[in-house]
Amino acid sequence: MIEFQQVHKAYTVQGRQIPALQPTDLHVRRGEVFGLIGHSGAGKSTLLRLINRLEEPSGGRIIINGIEVTALDANGLRSFRRSVGMIFQHFNLLASKTVAENIAMPMKLAGGHGSADIAQRVRELLVRVGLSEHAQKYPAQLSGGQKQRVGIARALATGPDILLCDEATSALDPQTTAQVLQLLAEINRELGLTIVLITHEMDVIRRVCDRVGVMDGGVIVELGDVADVFLPPQHPTTISFVQESEDDDFVTDEDWQQVQGSIVRLTFLGESTYAPVLGRVARETGIDYSILAGRIGRIKDQPCGQLTVALSGSESQALAAREQLQAAGVTLEVIRA
Amino acid sequence: MSAMFVNIDWYEIWLATLDTLLMLGGSLLFTVLLGLPLGVLLFLLGPRQLFAHRGAYAALSLVVNVLRSLPFIILLIVMIPFTVLVTGTSLGVAGAIPPLVVGATPFFARLVETALREVDRGIIEAVQSMGATTGQIIWNALLPEARPGIIAAVTVTAITLVSYTAMAGVVGAGGLGDLAIRFGYQRFQTDVMVVTVVLLLVLVQILQMLGDRLVVHFSRK
Ligand SMILES: Nc1ncnc2c1ncn2[C@@H]1O[C@H](COP(=O)(O)OP(=O)(O)O)[C@@H](O)[C@H]1O
Ligand SMILES: [Mg+2]
Repeated sequence: MIEFQQVHKAYTVQGRQIPALQPTDLHVRRGEVFGLIGHSGAGKSTLLRLINRLEEPSGGRIIINGIEVTALDANGLRSFRRSVGMIFQHFNLLASKTVAENIAMPMKLAGGHGSADIAQRVRELLVRVGLSEHAQKYPAQLSGGQKQRVGIARALATGPDILLCDEATSALDPQTTAQVLQLLAEINRELGLTIVLITHEMDVIRRVCDRVGVMDGGVIVELGDVADVFLPPQHPTTISFVQESEDDDFVTDEDWQQVQGSIVRLTFLGESTYAPVLGRVARETGIDYSILAGRIGRIKDQPCGQLTVALSGSESQALAAREQLQAAGVTLEVIRA
Repeated sequence: MSAMFVNIDWYEIWLATLDTLLMLGGSLLFTVLLGLPLGVLLFLLGPRQLFAHRGAYAALSLVVNVLRSLPFIILLIVMIPFTVLVTGTSLGVAGAIPPLVVGATPFFARLVETALREVDRGIIEAVQSMGATTGQIIWNALLPEARPGIIAAVTVTAITLVSYTAMAGVVGAGGLGDLAIRFGYQRFQTDVMVVTVVLLLVLVQILQMLGDRLVVHFSRK
């Protein structure tokens, strides 16, 4: 769907080249929600904006839907852009136009739509984003979440098959963020839109993404299914994001010095999250366990959980317990043998 | 009461008011027609803008600055041959309009440029991401978004033009300012001076109020 071949980008600032994206290969699949997470300055926006060529690449090829975007002329680029919607952190709505006029804008610019057509489409989009009552308001009269809904409706106006989201929820409070993410997930599911979103918040990735790339210093350092990348995290950047997202203070080995036995971290995904696995294994192997830390959550539609437990018992009991846990589909990391 | 206004010929005042309004209306119209595109061009050529071009911007900027630094009274005189060429006369209301336009256009263009720079870059990008042409970006996004700023610029320019018209008396253009100078100042008819100045003040007040109202209306807050 979206294919990067050795795409790189450097900005020229006062005659000096500042690299923002190292040569990158990337494949975003049709119909997926692909997330990019990274700290500020990692190069996320640069990568995203290369997709619709709001930034010109310094080199490499970008191929989308079989079209070599990097080879398009100005005219070709304009018509290509109509198949890619985009939403922004600060919404970027026109303050001088009403909600309905904002949503109608991409169709007006594209031409070839009658005004009755446009009005009908605007009504449909307003229903989809739940803003039917606000059609004649100006953006300044809306809340942040409502503004982003207008942004989403506007991005969908020309019926694109890709939606780019640049920190679309970073200016919103947690509750509004959740609602906007839910809307994005709905659009992905019902319209089959491919979504590429960038964020610096773990939670956004966990809630809606199928796959994730972790960016650092202009490089995608890790990439894969969300659960694989984050449970457990490997790269230092990934680890730092996981740690930041834990509500409580991150516990270190030192905190467990008084704890007896070996310490393992168990990761449950999908069905096994709710199954009484730990109790059964303890009964069957005769091992004792105590829970040191734990959390249960979700990755997109999948339940998942992590427990840090101390296991005390004989060597052979411990071994049997680990084997049984792994057999039950639990990922096991030994923190202290 | 009537003794206070012995020197006043109200018909004369009425004619002068009409001249001032004609000069103001005519010169404001042409100033906006010329200054708006010039301001847009200045903006587009400016650093990091859509048609950023250092050389062209510097050249245009210089022309604008030269015209702006010229005192209006000098411009009036220097422009006489050009004015005759355009209007066939260097006298009267028609003779005053070309120098008024040339004096006010660079000023207005700068104000337009500033108003356009106030438009959030993100809005331009959003419209670009919809596949807009440069013309569409200007018409559908930049100008509507900058409308309050541009209206404020028109207001300031109109008021500046009111004071310029007073000087246009030098080329025999007539108007309230001319009356104030010829009768009020040179013939010591204080009552004429007071009446004309009050009328000019009322005009400026009306312009400012109208402008402010429009700005508020189009700010969509
Ligand atoms: N227009 C620009 N001109 C110069 N440098 C830029 C520009 N945009 C981004 N950069 C630089 O490129 C790097 C990556 O920026 P960006 O892609 O915005 O990162 P992120 O979105 O992850 O915060 C940063 O070092 C930033 O300073
Ligand atoms: Mg960014």
